[in-house]
Amino acid sequence: MNSSLVPDPVARQPWQVILPLLALVTFGATVLYSAAGGSLRPWALNHFVRFFVFLGMAIVISRVRKETFKQLAYPIYGVVLVLLVLVELIGGIGGGSQRWLNLGFMTLQPSELMKPVIVLVLARFYDDLPPSMTASWRALVPAAALLAVPAGLVIIQPDLGTGLAITFGAAVVVFLSGVPLWWFIAAGSVAAVAAPLAFFTLLHDYQRQRVFVFLDPAADPLGTGYHILQSTIAIGSGGLAGKGFGNGSQSHLDYLPEAHTDFVFATMAEEWGMLGGLFVILTFAWVLGWGWRTARGTTDRFAQLLAGGMVFTVFFYVCINLMMVMGLAPVVGIPLPFLSHGGSSMMTNMICIGTIMAVANWNRSGARSLA
Amino acid sequence: MWPFSRRDSTRQSVGRHISQGTLANSFDRRSVVIGAVQGGIGVLLAARMGYIALFQNERYQTLSESNRVNLSLIPPRRGWILDRHGTPLATNRTDFRVDLVPERVVDPERTVAELGSLLKLNPVQLQDLSDKIKRSRGFQPVEVATKLDFDAFSAVSIRLPELPGVIPQRGFLRYYPTGPAVAHLIGYVGPASAEDYEVDRNPLLITPGYKVGKDGLEKEFETTLRGVPGARRTEVTATGRVVRDLSMREDVPGGTIKLTIDGGLQDYAARRIGLESAAVVVVDCLTGGILALVSMPAFDPNSFVGGIGRLQWKMLNEDDHIPLLNKALRGLYPPGSTMKPMATLALQQAGVDPAERVGCPGGYRLGRRFFRCDAVHGSVDMRGAIEHSCNTYFWSMAHRVGYDAIAPVARMLGLGQEFDLPGTNQRYGTVPDAAWKMRRYKQPWTAADSLNASIGQGYVSVSPLQLAVMTARIASGRTLNPSLIFGKPASPGPALPFTAEQLAVARDGMFAVVNGRGTAVASKLQLGDIRMAGKTGTAQVRALVSRGHVGDWKSRDHSLFIGYAPTEAPRYAVSVVVEHGTFGARAAAPIARDVMTYLFDPARAWDTLLAMEKTWGGTPTERMEARYRAYVAKVGTGAPSVGDDSAVAAAITQADNTEAPVEAAGTTPDTVREEPPQPGAAAAGSGPAPQPAADGDGGGDRGAAP
Repeated sequence: MNSSLVPDPVARQPWQVILPLLALVTFGATVLYSAAGGSLRPWALNHFVRFFVFLGMAIVISRVRKETFKQLAYPIYGVVLVLLVLVELIGGIGGGSQRWLNLGFMTLQPSELMKPVIVLVLARFYDDLPPSMTASWRALVPAAALLAVPAGLVIIQPDLGTGLAITFGAAVVVFLSGVPLWWFIAAGSVAAVAAPLAFFTLLHDYQRQRVFVFLDPAADPLGTGYHILQSTIAIGSGGLAGKGFGNGSQSHLDYLPEAHTDFVFATMAEEWGMLGGLFVILTFAWVLGWGWRTARGTTDRFAQLLAGGMVFTVFFYVCINLMMVMGLAPVVGIPLPFLSHGGSSMMTNMICIGTIMAVANWNRSGARSLA
Repeated sequence: MWPFSRRDSTRQSVGRHISQGTLANSFDRRSVVIGAVQGGIGVLLAARMGYIALFQNERYQTLSESNRVNLSLIPPRRGWILDRHGTPLATNRTDFRVDLVPERVVDPERTVAELGSLLKLNPVQLQDLSDKIKRSRGFQPVEVATKLDFDAFSAVSIRLPELPGVIPQRGFLRYYPTGPAVAHLIGYVGPASAEDYEVDRNPLLITPGYKVGKDGLEKEFETTLRGVPGARRTEVTATGRVVRDLSMREDVPGGTIKLTIDGGLQDYAARRIGLESAAVVVVDCLTGGILALVSMPAFDPNSFVGGIGRLQWKMLNEDDHIPLLNKALRGLYPPGSTMKPMATLALQQAGVDPAERVGCPGGYRLGRRFFRCDAVHGSVDMRGAIEHSCNTYFWSMAHRVGYDAIAPVARMLGLGQEFDLPGTNQRYGTVPDAAWKMRRYKQPWTAADSLNASIGQGYVSVSPLQLAVMTARIASGRTLNPSLIFGKPASPGPALPFTAEQLAVARDGMFAVVNGRGTAVASKLQLGDIRMAGKTGTAQVRALVSRGHVGDWKSRDHSLFIGYAPTEAPRYAVSVVVEHGTFGARAAAPIARDVMTYLFDPARAWDTLLAMEKTWGGTPTERMEARYRAYVAKVGTGAPSVGDDSAVAAAITQADNTEAPVEAAGTTPDTVREEPPQPGAAAAGSGPAPQPAADGDGGGDRGAAP
């Protein structure tokens, strides 16, 4: 495994995930380059730089010891929660919804940070929970409270997409923690009943509209169905090999909305076709597969839950975004990791990757210490 | 998945003891489950992508192309309408124009205000524009301005991003070089109405700048004149900005229509009418082709092209000369003495010897009534009766043969007939007889009716076109039918049953009218050998106490003239009707003379006319513009809204059906002058006028003193 030709700190890096990610980011930058009309600015170069900055951050995270993770779980959770409240207050003062804090050098969305943090804090909680209490109410109520506060804050922003992402991330950690399955079945049944009620009472008009349009995009092709329709047209017109680099009319002539962020996959598919799409899907499958292997390669409960939750968080981004651009899900503002232009999502995803890399490091050192 | 979970749940709920090992097992199983679900979703996504990108590729490619490519129609250039010499009567000229599609306008008020300041529209024009926007249905383009100079055009083009729905374009505009002269003949064009579009869902109809024929020949020959639109394929962004032109197909101009009309003559006649309200018709005596078909005053079809403004409309409607009425085809007038040459043919056919003389003591006594002639003509034969327009001769002869011998000949010569002319809407008037009167008024025909009808009064009403055809038939001796399309003369009807000698009597009489000692010697042609024969007519509009140039305009007599030239080999036949022009010799005959002069010596005719126009205040177009300016100054923006296209058409139809020239006002015999009414005298017979109530009584029915 270690070649003597390569210095140890370099060889120790998990290249099996860094290289695929680099491929995705390069591909993303290429698409952004084309979407900008054949220019590195304003997106492509920025995209690259951000990736390397956040890759550095991920490598730093991967060196952090397990104990430090455990110690910092609750404090970090508290800090992000405070940030969320802060955003809510600022938005309330400024009038209208605000999701981000301006830090001067970048804008920070605390709700993005909450996605990995909820996984971290729940992993810590279930690690602390005595196994015998796993089937009791004490396994669920505190976890539900840990989830409900941030998820509620995000949903009233209103940012339903991120709120659901946080909830699903948490639900997967709870599921993996081994609580009785019938809880999930019961919760699913309750959700099945509650969802329609919530849909008609709790959702905002524009959110409801998105769902209706998702069910029948052709009903209002110039209105709210526009996004889905144009995105499907972009993907569908790409065919097997695409229209060619720089030839995507849907993105270049502004028919495709958000061509460089949420709908970057459609922009890509129009120019690179089915082959480009398969490359993206397979690369994600490889990265997520690496994540699962890492999670299953450890016997430590905290590390298992942490890695599994992080894998799912990344997966949730990919899954919802792709389903949206292909017309399988309503329009929710979730970008595609490593391809979409945008700092917050890149940061979140690299935190997840960094955390999984940390778990991989613990595995290795654990194995070494055992040996 | 299911078997695992069931075992899980049973063990956990029953066993209650959960160890770290159990949880590790559970994690292993559940992570496999989640991983499998994720893999499944991955496969689903790949399949979905394959479905839309591979199986439905064609469909989405089409959609993508229709996004990218904008196909805009280029309105075809409308076919020209030419006169017999190939001179255009209707053509197109290049035009910078601005249209507006209300459906795409975001803020109509702001857009109109913005356009108003960019194009320097005055308040009247702004009002008209708002009217048009209000009337239009969303998809119909509305014309904002045409005939723009390049600066104004580019000013709008530059501001385009802020003015959604505004379409500046370079196109073609219908142009009628002689304006009002051809208004009634050719009609006019305008934007297609919503009704037009509902009938024919041709996208061309709602292309900005496209015009359809709305009246006359423009409407009749719409399909010929239309042409094939060109198309421009451009690549556009979602906001409609044109990125580049992809391809371009030139339009195919519409077909040309060549008319029998002589454009110069048409224009000359229209201008020669001057300030009068009149119709002039000139027919070719060889083919029956119509050389001029003029009704003035008229509207300027050039100003109708972009839709009619409120003020123009109000002005046209208020004009008592009824500019919207095509008097040449739809004006009906008592023909008066212009009937007399025709009557001589009927009398000869009925066995009257042209040499027989009748003594004119200044009138004719029928029973207890005395019909007064214009003068004491003494002893006149048939030729002399035409020359001097002696009513007594015709009264006595009509009384002898009966009007039923005259009416068929009148019809044979074209009176009361409708002719097969494309794009026209004729009224055929009345040639009365006993059966007609019984049908219409449930009254028997009287001898007095015969007397009135014989001199073209009473129930008789004809159109200027019919008079011209009658003249052409008398002049040529053939049953010529009028035609309008060059090279397609209408085939003549059955031969006229008159001998050369019989026709010569009528022609001799008409020759003497102009060249002998007749009523129109003042209108003799000054062209050496070329001479004109003719007949004047003065048709009474109401029962008059006095004749001639008196009273208000509306109660003056109509002035008529028919004629042909040259007399030896008739080539042209003309009819002139001047509404309320007083004596035939005074108003109508000079117009006929000058029109006829134009045909043989245009330069001389123009000299005469240009001198006259100086006293009239310029050409008809100039006079109309001056009137319009005065009107704008007077009325401002206070005029009522025009109404839509169909309202305009309806108003024109209404003007067309105006009965005023004949029936509403009631008519009295041309030259009948009666004894003063005697008290206690009972009315004998009914009034000859269809609506005698209009002025108490018709002329011929007042009972004379016992």
